[in-house]
Amino acid sequence: MDARISKGRRMRDGMTKGLLYASSLMVCLILLFIIGYIFARGVPGITAELLSTQSSYVRDTIGILPNILNTLYIVLVAMAVVIPLGVCAAVYLNEYAVSKRLVRLIGFAVETLAGIPSVIFGLVGMLLFIQMLGLQAGILAGGFTLVVMVLPTILSNTLESLKTVPDSYREGALALGSGKWYMIRTVVLPNAIEGIVTGCILAVGRIVGESAALLYTAGFGLVLHSFMTALQSSSATLTVALYVYATERGQIGVAFSVATVLLAITLLLNVAANISASKLNRKEKVR
Amino acid sequence: MNTFEVVDLNLWYGSNQALRDVRIDIPANRVTALIGPSGCGKSTFLRTLNRMNDLISTVRIEGSVLFNGRDIYAPATDAAELRKHVGMVFQKANPFPMSIYDNIAYGPRVHGMRRKSELDTVVEDSLRRAALWDEVSDRLKKSALSLSGGQQQRLCIARALAVHPEVLLLDESTSALDPISTGQIEELVGELKKDYTVVMVTHNMQQAVRVSDHAAFFLLGNLVEFAPTDKLFNNPDDPKTADYVSGRFG
Repeated sequence: MDARISKGRRMRDGMTKGLLYASSLMVCLILLFIIGYIFARGVPGITAELLSTQSSYVRDTIGILPNILNTLYIVLVAMAVVIPLGVCAAVYLNEYAVSKRLVRLIGFAVETLAGIPSVIFGLVGMLLFIQMLGLQAGILAGGFTLVVMVLPTILSNTLESLKTVPDSYREGALALGSGKWYMIRTVVLPNAIEGIVTGCILAVGRIVGESAALLYTAGFGLVLHSFMTALQSSSATLTVALYVYATERGQIGVAFSVATVLLAITLLLNVAANISASKLNRKEKVR
Repeated sequence: MNTFEVVDLNLWYGSNQALRDVRIDIPANRVTALIGPSGCGKSTFLRTLNRMNDLISTVRIEGSVLFNGRDIYAPATDAAELRKHVGMVFQKANPFPMSIYDNIAYGPRVHGMRRKSELDTVVEDSLRRAALWDEVSDRLKKSALSLSGGQQQRLCIARALAVHPEVLLLDESTSALDPISTGQIEELVGELKKDYTVVMVTHNMQQAVRVSDHAAFFLLGNLVEFAPTDKLFNNPDDPKTADYVSGRFG
């Protein structure tokens, strides 16, 4: 009797385990297939010329250097605006705001904002930054649009990590006669830095991978510009360039090469994120 | 000489009254113990002395608390400035996740001390006063979180002393510690009263007897009796005090 129960249970256990195993195997296989396929089709097309020149109709060559730079520029512009904005807003909401209703309302708004499809941010960005404020489609208008898009990521990550800082730290600092801002600067923010950095890296990831929000705001330009010029001239990032090469020019091979570069950048970002997170973590404990 | 003169102090958390018409004069350079059952208002009262209750948005206070003759609830009083003079050590040791050195130097830095030589002196002096110097002098750069519970609490005392307060408030500061660490802190408190006014909340009656000069018994937000510790424990005026100190309730 006993033996039979345990046998049935063992079978059920085994089946569950097998199912779980199969799921995780499936996930791994899909991931490996995507990465492998992109690399297999993209790597052969990657040449020094592709990475270091701009496309030329005259010489009939293709180069994605402008798009690599544009991606970098737009990350810089968007992050330079969104980090101070998001972190300050989160600090206000968590440390200063008295009205809990206001905080809840803003939290709800942020969640809603996070769920909106990015193409809508693109439309709003176009109307707001280009038509109303009169900017040219370019890195600036695109960057601002991305600010609106990734603000929820930065804000909610910062907010969550501020909440993990124990109140006893705040009390300890205030009891020593510290002012509120000094307390936030020296005790609260340093202990929330990990979450803030994580939020930033997620945001950069989204920016690098974004295309829909940039179609109408940053433009399709494939010409090499300096940073200052690119701010106000049509500049395609890597993802937009991928779209252009794949659909408008039918250069599927180039599109795969761009995808490979994108994948490599994303990989690099994730590695950097892990390293910086563990470094910060260690510093925290040794300090 | 009284450090604090409290007149008709009433305190509400929302609609819930936690302190009722408290009148007490806390003498300078003495140890005053606040005793009473849980929820009697003794910790709340302690926190009115350095305005830590300000942090709770629902708190409403009436009456006056004079610190060296100045009303600390007057609009002109700066709470941060007050807390520089009235230091506090909490129930649970709360060192910052920084080095031992930076923990002690935190307060002096708040108040503008930047020179390394000055900071070094304050750090050593404060750690010596808190009887911790010998144990940590060779690892000042190590994280304060690496210390034992008792050492962390003495670190918090040293941190409070580093801003040169006149008063030290101890909020059940030994309740989470083992008997040896508790003994060390009690001994320390006895030393400190030469230079500081100490007000301590304690649940431990023996501790109140061992350490304090005066004791105040709180019950349901009222100050029932305030007297020299000997008298309060051996010959109290109020029968409720007698019941409590003899262990009949609470």
